[in-house]
Amino acid sequence: MIKAVMVMNTQGKTRLAKFYEYLPVEKQQELIRGVFAVLCSRAENVSNFIDAESIFGPDSRLVYKHFATLYFVFVFDSSENELAVLDLIQVFVETLDRCFKNVCELDVVFNYSKVHTILDEMIFGGQVVETSSSEIMKAVEEISKLEAASNAITLIPKSASGWRSR
Amino acid sequence: MSGPSLMDSLFQPSLEDLIKGLRQQLIGEQAFISKSLEEIRKEIKSTDLSTKSTALLKLSYLSNLHFQDMSFAAFPALEVLSSPRFSHKKIAYHAISLSFHDSTPVLLLITNHLRKDLNSTNEFEVSLSLQCLSRIANVDLARDLTPEVFALLSSNKFYVRKRAVAVVLRVFEKYPDSVRVCFKRLVENLENSDPQVLSAVVGVFSELACKDPRSYLPLAPEFYKILVDSKNNWISIKVLKIFSKLAPLEPRLAKRVVEPICDLMRNTGAKSLLFECIRTVVTSLSENESAVRLAVGKVREFLEDEDPNLKYLGLQALRIVAEKHLWAVSENKEVVIKSLSDADPNIKIESLRLVMAMVSEHNVSEISRVLVNYAIKSDPVFCNEILGSILSTCSRNLYEIIVDFDWYVSLLGEMSRIAHCQMGDEIENQLIDIGLRVKDVRPELVRVARDLLIDPALLGNSFLHGVLSGAAWASGEYVEFSRNPLELMEALLQPRTSLLPPPIRAIYIQAAFKVLVFCLHTCFMRGKSIAPSASLDNLPAGVSASASYESFDDFSVENGADVAVVHGQTCASAPITKESIVNILNMVELALGPLLGSHDVEVQERARNLLGFVDLTKPEILNSSIHEKRDSEGKRVESSKIIKLMHDAFSKELGPVSLSAQGKVSLPDGLVLKENLGDLEMICGDIEPPSSNSFSFGSPYEEEKDGLSFSNLQIRDDNEQSNESTSLLAAHRKRHGLYYLSSGKSEMISNDYPPASDHTLQGDINDNADDLVKLTAESLIPKRKPKHGKPRPVVVKLDEVDEKPVAMKQPESRDDSLSGAVRDVLFGSEDIPPTSSQSNLSNSSKRKGKEKQHTDPHTESKVSAVGDGNSSSRRRKDRSQGKERRHRSPRKKNDEERKDADQKEKKKSSGGRHKSRQRAEEPLKVPAQTPVIPDFLL
Repeated sequence: MIKAVMVMNTQGKTRLAKFYEYLPVEKQQELIRGVFAVLCSRAENVSNFIDAESIFGPDSRLVYKHFATLYFVFVFDSSENELAVLDLIQVFVETLDRCFKNVCELDVVFNYSKVHTILDEMIFGGQVVETSSSEIMKAVEEISKLEAASNAITLIPKSASGWRSR
Repeated sequence: MSGPSLMDSLFQPSLEDLIKGLRQQLIGEQAFISKSLEEIRKEIKSTDLSTKSTALLKLSYLSNLHFQDMSFAAFPALEVLSSPRFSHKKIAYHAISLSFHDSTPVLLLITNHLRKDLNSTNEFEVSLSLQCLSRIANVDLARDLTPEVFALLSSNKFYVRKRAVAVVLRVFEKYPDSVRVCFKRLVENLENSDPQVLSAVVGVFSELACKDPRSYLPLAPEFYKILVDSKNNWISIKVLKIFSKLAPLEPRLAKRVVEPICDLMRNTGAKSLLFECIRTVVTSLSENESAVRLAVGKVREFLEDEDPNLKYLGLQALRIVAEKHLWAVSENKEVVIKSLSDADPNIKIESLRLVMAMVSEHNVSEISRVLVNYAIKSDPVFCNEILGSILSTCSRNLYEIIVDFDWYVSLLGEMSRIAHCQMGDEIENQLIDIGLRVKDVRPELVRVARDLLIDPALLGNSFLHGVLSGAAWASGEYVEFSRNPLELMEALLQPRTSLLPPPIRAIYIQAAFKVLVFCLHTCFMRGKSIAPSASLDNLPAGVSASASYESFDDFSVENGADVAVVHGQTCASAPITKESIVNILNMVELALGPLLGSHDVEVQERARNLLGFVDLTKPEILNSSIHEKRDSEGKRVESSKIIKLMHDAFSKELGPVSLSAQGKVSLPDGLVLKENLGDLEMICGDIEPPSSNSFSFGSPYEEEKDGLSFSNLQIRDDNEQSNESTSLLAAHRKRHGLYYLSSGKSEMISNDYPPASDHTLQGDINDNADDLVKLTAESLIPKRKPKHGKPRPVVVKLDEVDEKPVAMKQPESRDDSLSGAVRDVLFGSEDIPPTSSQSNLSNSSKRKGKEKQHTDPHTESKVSAVGDGNSSSRRRKDRSQGKERRHRSPRKKNDEERKDADQKEKKKSSGGRHKSRQRAEEPLKVPAQTPVIPDFLL
């Protein structure tokens, strides 16, 4: 079971946070800070694991990957395989890359909804349901079309809401 | 649409505007967020759903990334959810899954929305609502929506079906009765050809099996088939996870899965799958020697890989193996030990754990030595990691691996001198604990304690205060083993003790009290020994009268090694002259006088005790030293009585106290323990309990600084940190050189008293790794050489308490409602096997009989409420009885069972659905004690 997915930049600003069990926002913030405190102290070219039990309690593991200015962090329990989750991070980033054409931090910043949609296509309630980035892309495009279509039937065309969902 | 709402929506800032605003704001992020929140609160009240949904989206954003509370938007989220538009729904579902939880008041209002969307023809709408359900479902939602989820489990859209499968996990967890409805369809999906659906089902089963593996044993054939057939690494990994839970429960299953797992291990190219195979073998199939060998070989590849991740995981796997197969570690020990100096902290810690796993009583001293040297040169975090693991390994099970306690105590002393050491409290505990438990180590303990106490540099390091308090206690309690109590006295009263926190200072003063009493007692006893009337009981035999009058200057040389043993006690024979006693008494008065005004009651009280004692004894001692020495016996009687009294009081040995000691005290007559003290609370209610143990009314340091200006050393700037210790030290030594041991006496202490951070042992660090490799190699040679000449001293153990807290807790049979329900479904419905309808026909005749047997439990299970442990246990009894009835003869049972198992294994190795059906046709001849297995073989 995947417990949480976080994306944060090297300054510690959260760019994406997804917890698969309900947590109050204060607790979320505390956990993310805890993770970042460990992450930023780690050198390059070391292993992609950190001890998560001190932050998330027993039976939790954490892998992360560092791309450019972003850390991608997945927290999970013993029913997932560490290396497989690392691959999953790769899939996630690849999908973002396909979706935004050379993804950078700004894409993640400005496409809040879309990034969540992509993640939701991959992980459903803490379980991985899709690992192929082309399948994810297909679904995400379908969803975007649906959103656009449902907005197009608006009686009053609105400049603002047209931009919203990209 | 009304005008204002149109205006609102026209000029409403979108999420993108919000993000841009956040990035460009000039008023500060927090201020901007509060301003936006104000806007959102207004917008969210709008009657226009577009405006509302945009506001909701912005709020979700602020909640998700800026941790703002969004609970106020629960109802608006429901309103947006009711919109027919997909984009609105999506926003609403997102907001709901972010913010709803079990105690959200409007939670139940969502049921109908969810139901509507679950029945939608649009797969993405269904997906959204399933996603939401997987996140927020509670008992009611799970119960009410079970029929919809059940329907979706056989949806022809795999996109929907895999999500329905995944949501089942949450539904089962919240509402176990849904198992009766959904479980069969879930199992049917194990046969699904679509890898994504299959992956989801296997994922669900691996989660379920984690919690209660036994219930899923009957599905083993299905999982086995997937394991053999799967080409998808994700699925294989999950199936391996399931088998690693199931295999320990059923040896025959373990035997069967070993081969396919080994095949996977040999053939797979994916590291993740390979690692999962390794982990499964080392955790659950560790009895199979050849599989473990193969796995350890693969671990070795991991260890030698460049990728730090693989190395780390390899070390982790090795640690799991080490529990049962230590050879695996020793085969790889070079890598393990080299990893101690890896750049990656994870790898370092993992290899440290492995090294500690190799420790035995034969190599503990060598490994510790090398590790301590590693600790000296590593960064603070890892240093303490090393020290902590040495401490915990050595103290495990009451120091069972320690033979030479003298060595261990001096190691403790050495460890506390390491610059980064922060394990002071643990070292303190062990020093005291060993002192209490191991009688033979006390002389060495006192020596180590003295070395610690006498070093003024250590006082500046607050992490060491714990160690020092332990050392002070030990030196006071066991002062009779001290070679030179006077020197201890000096150390305990040295001016820099003002750096200690008051509680520890109090311990110092108490220790000084004990030492003083001992000095005086020895002195008086010696005096008496010459008088013919004195009793000879407590006399240190080696002390002659003349010794006490030797010149003060050369005692250290003369008597250093002169330790006499009287009545089984090692007794110090340093000459305690009248002069030195007087000196000491003066010093006590000077050092403690100022503490009479200490703000800390502990310190104050103990200082007062000690000074009171000095007041009582001093006049007579002075008196007798000024006048004739021999004929003042009569006058001295009184003070010597006091001294004897005190000495007797202190010489009563303290022992470790059993945790249950209190319970063993019989209740005295007339003491009513059960009386209700509730009334007291009313009386005491107003009185605030003290927040800490010590009552401190101001900065203790300040006070003590004042005090010290009177001290005999006249050092005023004592509040400075330890880096100035050297000059202080020199001053101290210059004045009190007499009380320092000469350098020739003990090799442990160099003449210069290096500050705590100085390491004398740094020289041999470089070839540590090689040393350690050699050592561990030696240690693993089975033939043991007795390295220690002397036998292991007795370690005091208290009967039941000190025994290692045995894991008495049986893994309680999880009769919780979920597993109960699963069992009911699996066992109760075995007459309708999930496999295929054909088998129904072929087995129908037999099944009739079975149905009969199961009528009772079956109907009962339908009637009885879920989660009723009583009824479920009754059910199981019924089942096993039914089974027993089926056995032809209980005596033949065992042999037949074995035969059967063999046969089945042969058959099953050819694999396939068909075979399992064949097995099903065989009559059941399996022992009743494992009620689950027979069903699995059906």
